Amino acid sequence: MILTNTTNYFSQFIAYFSDTIGWGMGGQILAYVLIAIVYLIFFALAGLYLVYLERRVAAFFQLRLGPNRVGPWGLMQTIADALKLLSKEIFGTDRKDKLLYHTAYYLVIVAALISLSVIPFSNGIAAYDINIGVFFISAVSSVGILGLLIGGWGSNNKYGVLGGMRSGLQMISYELSSGLAILTIVLMAGSLQLSEIIHQQQAGWFLWRGHIPALIAFVIFVIAGTAESNRTPFDLPEGEAELGAGYHTEYSGMGFAWFFLAEFINMFIISAVGVTLFLGGWLAPFGITDGLGMPWLWGFIWFFIKVGLMIFLLMWFRWTFPRLRIDQLLTLEWKYLLPIGLVNIILMAVLVYYHLVF
Amino acid sequence: MEQVIYNSADLKSQEYFINMGPQHPAAHGVLRLILTMDGEMVKNIEPDLGYIHRSIEKQCEHEGYKQIIHLTDRLDYLSSHMNNEAVALAIEQAMQIEVPERVKVIRTIMGELTRIASHLLWWGVMGMDVGALTTFMYAFRDREMINDIMEETCGARLTMSYSTPGGVMFDLHPNFVNRVKEFIPHLRSVIPKYDELLTGNIIFQKRMKNVGFLSAQDAISLGASGPVARGSGVSCDRRIIEPYSALSKVDFKEILYQEGDNLARYNVRMKEMYESLHIIEQLIDNIPDDGIQAKTKALIKLPKGEFLQRVETARGDFGVYIVSDGKKNPYRVKFRSPGFSNLNTLMEIGKNQLLGDLIAISATMDFVIPDIDR
Repeated sequence: MILTNTTNYFSQFIAYFSDTIGWGMGGQILAYVLIAIVYLIFFALAGLYLVYLERRVAAFFQLRLGPNRVGPWGLMQTIADALKLLSKEIFGTDRKDKLLYHTAYYLVIVAALISLSVIPFSNGIAAYDINIGVFFISAVSSVGILGLLIGGWGSNNKYGVLGGMRSGLQMISYELSSGLAILTIVLMAGSLQLSEIIHQQQAGWFLWRGHIPALIAFVIFVIAGTAESNRTPFDLPEGEAELGAGYHTEYSGMGFAWFFLAEFINMFIISAVGVTLFLGGWLAPFGITDGLGMPWLWGFIWFFIKVGLMIFLLMWFRWTFPRLRIDQLLTLEWKYLLPIGLVNIILMAVLVYYHLVF
Repeated sequence: MEQVIYNSADLKSQEYFINMGPQHPAAHGVLRLILTMDGEMVKNIEPDLGYIHRSIEKQCEHEGYKQIIHLTDRLDYLSSHMNNEAVALAIEQAMQIEVPERVKVIRTIMGELTRIASHLLWWGVMGMDVGALTTFMYAFRDREMINDIMEETCGARLTMSYSTPGGVMFDLHPNFVNRVKEFIPHLRSVIPKYDELLTGNIIFQKRMKNVGFLSAQDAISLGASGPVARGSGVSCDRRIIEPYSALSKVDFKEILYQEGDNLARYNVRMKEMYESLHIIEQLIDNIPDDGIQAKTKALIKLPKGEFLQRVETARGDFGVYIVSDGKKNPYRVKFRSPGFSNLNTLMEIGKNQLLGDLIAISATMDFVIPDIDR
């Protein structure tokens, strides 16, 4: 069954809502706001449950039980933590640069949330399905780096500055590699639109169809994605043994919570983009659930299963690997990943030109 | 306004200070390092001690000899049994007490168990310092077995105070031999897993190899001892140079690595755990049965003179130097703690290293701050 890329449930909803309510432009704007609120609530909860998942997975790796007291199986633990952080005073140094200090976490969280808007969660479910979706994600997620940088700088703490500088260094470097890995797939698909890229994968995931170049691109993407989400083995910006807490040393209460939430939402985005580009997005593997009706629900289920597996992979990295040193981090990027990525993209171009991909 | 004209020769990055500690996640205690940094590069290290100074040496002058032993638990708390043993041996040497063979064997077994426990804890925090957080839990799982064994016999898990002048405080618990025999194969089976998790990891190898080089010459001149010196190829094991307790009856190797880098110090400790198991294995089956306490007077008074006893703790050469004027209290007690001298080497080899490397180096030094700062 070939699904067409015409329905978008969100645009249908907006049209239906504004028609029903009949305020013209105002109805449309209200619909947008409603969608945004749904997204916010969903991803605040998703971020919290990713934290819960992380703690359970960590416990699983570390011979522990993890949170299991608050609510059934400890499911309310992170909600309780969030409530605690909400009620806490935001306490910082006197000499912080107030504007930068308080702008930083909004930049980080807003950049993370905006990136979410283009990701298709199921067939026709993407809030903002534009034809340059891939480009949009790379562009918007770069704004988050700025947040880390000015957060580290604005808190007027040497550990913070070191952490901020490290994060800038690291994320700008690794963005090149992840960008190249993404471009490799874009070359194959011939489109920058995420939903279009998924639709093209109905004949087979790009990870398999792209021969070796896609496989290499996937490995590079996972490495660079781990680095971009500041997780071990690339957690230098907040390497706790070295820098205390790095760029968010001076943050407390919700200031800290936004950074923390953004880290987990970024992890989700990295996984979601990886799944969309390489693993067929919301498509069922071999189309096994295509005939069962309710395609949008199955899309959701498959998407979140794949993203969950990808997130588990990232968590597995985190609880297994030691941290890299700053020079090794840059060596890995500039001497290995970037040249390999460049050669890889040329290889892919040759394959695509001679129609050698499946 | 004075106009400042820069030319390119004047342009240099600005050095700045960082206070690492006294509260810092990588310092295993309240060690404060005043770092002069140039970007990520550590230009100078100045340790500032005194945050956990308890005047233990001075306190010793006011306590009787039996009480001193309890104070030594609080020096290097991870080698507490060896510290106790050192003081007990010094007193016995001064009083010329001949302790029963059983006591000697028990002390040696306990000492080696403590050494393994200490190295396990070190391995756990070593991993944490280089960013691998899982090692800590694995190490603590296995260290817990030793703590349980200690608890059964000594009544305490960390600060045992098990040795007394002329013997040990209690006899071995009936379970002791069996539990130690269970523990030995268990640890032998888990250390290869440790290697899989951390030692063999490519990132870990890259972090450790050729980092923090300490030459044998420097190790000697800076007074390094224990695994730090042995990682540089300096033979300094007190257990071999002057065997005490039952160590003369057992056969074991001194682990020496010539490289002098982080990995060498790491490997020395990993291999030492096997050697300690080997020592315990030789003693555990035939513990003599001739009492746990030699006859001593109720009030111990050392004869006039100076007495020195050195033992090998998990961190190196621990010395107890007692000056007695014949009264019931010592006139002066001096502890030679291995950590203090090992901290000297950090100041040398930590210079011109990246911040991340400094953490890794100090992790392989295995500091226990109450031992450095008495």
